[in-house]
Amino acid sequence: MITQFVFYVFAAVLLFAATMVITARNPVHAAMYLVLAFFNSAVLWIMAGAEFLGIVLVLVYVGAVMVLFLFVVMMLDINLARIREGFVRHIYIGLPIAAVMVLQMLLVVGSDAFQVDRLPAGDMPIPPDVANTPLLGSVLYTVYVYPFELAAVILLVAIIAAITLTLRRREGTKHQDPAKQVRVRKGDRLRVVDLRSGAQNREPDNRP
Amino acid sequence: MELAWILTKIVAIVGPLILAVAYLTYAERKIIGWIQNRNGPNRVGPLGLLQPFADVFKLLFKEVVLPANANRFLFIVAPMLSLMPALAAWAVIPFGEGMVLADINAGLLYVLAMTSLGVYGVILAGWAANSKYSMLGAMRSAAQIVSYEIAMGFALVGVLMAAGTLNMTGIVQSQAGPIWNWFWLPLLPLFMVYWISGVAETNRAPFDVAEGESEIVAGFHVEYSGVAFAVFFLAEYANMILISGLAVIMFMGGWYSPFHGLPLLGPMFDLVPGMVWFVLKVAFFLYLYLWFRATFPRYRYDQIMRLGWKVLIPVTVVWLVVLAGMILGSLGPWFN
Repeated sequence: MITQFVFYVFAAVLLFAATMVITARNPVHAAMYLVLAFFNSAVLWIMAGAEFLGIVLVLVYVGAVMVLFLFVVMMLDINLARIREGFVRHIYIGLPIAAVMVLQMLLVVGSDAFQVDRLPAGDMPIPPDVANTPLLGSVLYTVYVYPFELAAVILLVAIIAAITLTLRRREGTKHQDPAKQVRVRKGDRLRVVDLRSGAQNREPDNRP
Repeated sequence: MELAWILTKIVAIVGPLILAVAYLTYAERKIIGWIQNRNGPNRVGPLGLLQPFADVFKLLFKEVVLPANANRFLFIVAPMLSLMPALAAWAVIPFGEGMVLADINAGLLYVLAMTSLGVYGVILAGWAANSKYSMLGAMRSAAQIVSYEIAMGFALVGVLMAAGTLNMTGIVQSQAGPIWNWFWLPLLPLFMVYWISGVAETNRAPFDVAEGESEIVAGFHVEYSGVAFAVFFLAEYANMILISGLAVIMFMGGWYSPFHGLPLLGPMFDLVPGMVWFVLKVAFFLYLYLWFRATFPRYRYDQIMRLGWKVLIPVTVVWLVVLAGMILGSLGPWFN
């Protein structure tokens, strides 16, 4: 009873936050609503017993991805009025796409194959008193090790591709070589000049 | 009834924590004073012991200034966002055998998630204040925290491999034994990486470019005054205590005495409650924070980034491989 109540509270906040992401006027507010949405879906996952997935959602998406997102949103000078115009103009494309996506989700979630009791149990027995993190790990690194490694390689390729796309060598950057800086000795920078007093025999000023 | 019991436990953790923060500021000023051949605060109360309270009341009675064109809501919320994770992470910290608020299975993961949230307070404070100094401070700080989080996470992966569990109590129990049984020895490089990243994560000297007074006034919280500033201060010090507590739990044997399990000394030192050992070890790490601050000059920004990405992360990756070898070889006394 109370579990259901808690579920609906968090689900309601999730829907509200998700709506606000696309309707909030200020892009930073929109990003913060997205953070709220992630938090609430993490709570729903934890309530479903997927503690690992829930905490990792917070760790990866809220703790890393959204921070970078916020970083970019704050740096950009976004013209809000122009974005509002686009909202109405693109709704004719957006609405059908949204409708198709909702339909697909309903078909997948509502289908027979997706019911919990129909899911294949797998060939590994699940001990009742083991937390789902070690279980997930043992399955991921034994049964699904090839798909897992494949996904990792694809991500690595994506990272390298993104870096090579944006990397450009700029002229005139004040690049520091720390090894060189550390190797500097007193003799390289400092020259002791013997200064005699008196104006007539002053040495010519030969400082660099 | 159960709810009331949980609330009591939360108060029993947060109350002493805030008191500890108050006296950490006192200890910081005293110790740095002594290191610099000064007396430190000594006017308010005997030996200056009431100084933290004088500071708190001063801050409480100051006006909270809202800068012009600041984003009101985020400006007010930002200090709370930086304090919340610093306090929430304490839920899974075991102070002694069984002395933990929430003994959850994924404790280490939860701690990582919570500590990664602290950056929001910094970024939002810098942005919402509508000031270029706080914006610069926020940008520096965010880049630094995100970079060092990776090294820190990798160091904790090493702890996870060594302990074989994510549960904080389990991590301490897998180090049961005298001082050379604790994880600081087999995980020495990871321990050092963790501690350096911990200092960087909390934006403390020598990594305190986020509030480099000489360049950007006071960094991300330059526009804050009164209680709002006090909350940032509280969050920073609570985070320091948290990072020290985590270092103790994961590398320094948590609540075990340094002679635990030895024939004669073990039972003698075990007479001291485990929580006392825990607090003593945490105090040692907090002292390191203050010592660093009094000793090291501030890092240059590009040096910070270089250290994080090009030194600390490769060290952790290499040591994870070495560690895997040690675990496979059942190297004693840790992994047999």
